[in-house]
Amino acid sequence: MIEKIVTVKHRAGIHARPAALIVKTANQFASDFFIEKDTMRINGKSIMGIITLGASYKTDLKIVLEGDDEQEAADAIEQLFVNRFEE
Amino acid sequence: MKDFTVLDLLDLDLKEKGVLGLTCIGGRPGLSRVITTSKVNRPGLTLSGFFEEFSHNSIQLFGKGEQAYLRKLENSNTYETIERMFSFPIPTCIFCENSSPSEKFIHIAESSGCPILKTSLGSGEFALRLYQTLDDIFSPKQTIHGVLVEVFGVGILITGDSGVGKSETALELIERSHRLISDDTVKLSCVNGTFLVGTGENEFLAHHMEIRGLGIINVANLFGVRAIRDKKRVQLFVQLEEWDSNKSYDRVGGDLSTDILGVSIPKLEIPVKPGRNIPIIIETAAMNVRLKKLGYSSGNEFNQNVLKWLESESARDLYYNNEDTF
Repeated sequence: MIEKIVTVKHRAGIHARPAALIVKTANQFASDFFIEKDTMRINGKSIMGIITLGASYKTDLKIVLEGDDEQEAADAIEQLFVNRFEE
Repeated sequence: MKDFTVLDLLDLDLKEKGVLGLTCIGGRPGLSRVITTSKVNRPGLTLSGFFEEFSHNSIQLFGKGEQAYLRKLENSNTYETIERMFSFPIPTCIFCENSSPSEKFIHIAESSGCPILKTSLGSGEFALRLYQTLDDIFSPKQTIHGVLVEVFGVGILITGDSGVGKSETALELIERSHRLISDDTVKLSCVNGTFLVGTGENEFLAHHMEIRGLGIINVANLFGVRAIRDKKRVQLFVQLEEWDSNKSYDRVGGDLSTDILGVSIPKLEIPVKPGRNIPIIIETAAMNVRLKKLGYSSGNEFNQNVLKWLESESARDLYYNNEDTF
């Protein structure tokens, strides 16, 4: 299992487009993917779940991956946050 | 859970349209004090100077009796017990019947950083409403990945892996005049430790669904208000899973159940495969739940009938001396 803290680095926060991008990326991997914020824990492969997190600018999120390709998945998702979702 | 402060309690009153009728009459800086327990204390004993087991973490509620005693103390100029009471970190004091304490009392409270609130309600009615409100806030909660729908009045939580067809099933149920409470993330809270109530995680995003190929749709706009509901008790847990030919599924109506937050909920495992009409199965399951509530279990009833029939058959065999005459 891999746990990583990522920060939302773009001003708009995680709205529909970034959420869709996260789901699209996560679905390329077989690993289970969860995102945690405060006490909320949602399935990272669902768009509505990610939007429900209400992750605004500078929010810290914990990404949790578990499965055979967890390392690749974690790297790919972290990269999205680092690249500010290509915005 | 995020800290619940006295200010949140006042805010709540705005949202719930003045159920508690609270206003702040002193010690505003103390509104950031955190309420950590759903207990409410009547500080009669405390005022009389008995501090053993003083529940200082709870909200202190001053009804008519406590207020009369307070006046007596003030008339005789004895403020020691009041001062001693405020040496504890009390979250807040609430005065009922719209009455306010003396200036001196408020001053002592303010210097200890404790906010003073008042309500127009009587202590009995207020305590009842306050307990209900606090119970809601401090009840154990859990967020689950699934869809909560109401089918024939039965709250059904549909879960399963991503892409198994939860949202599509819910959409078909909505089309059949049932209601959506929340898609994708369902916040469950355990009420009184006896039953579960589910709502959407966020009221701004509730009643939206993501359907693959369509994107995000607003159910309330598309299907009208009849298709939505804010919260509903969860009475059945349905797990959708890909059809696994090696797994044996319930064939006669067994008693599977699942445990969420300490509450046992009847559970169904429904295998999904192309051509199976899941919404109809769920509708039937809902009706079955209602029948069971009326004391009628289809599975048991059927089995009883089989037993009766077998018994009569064997009695017949006995009568005809084991010879089959037909």
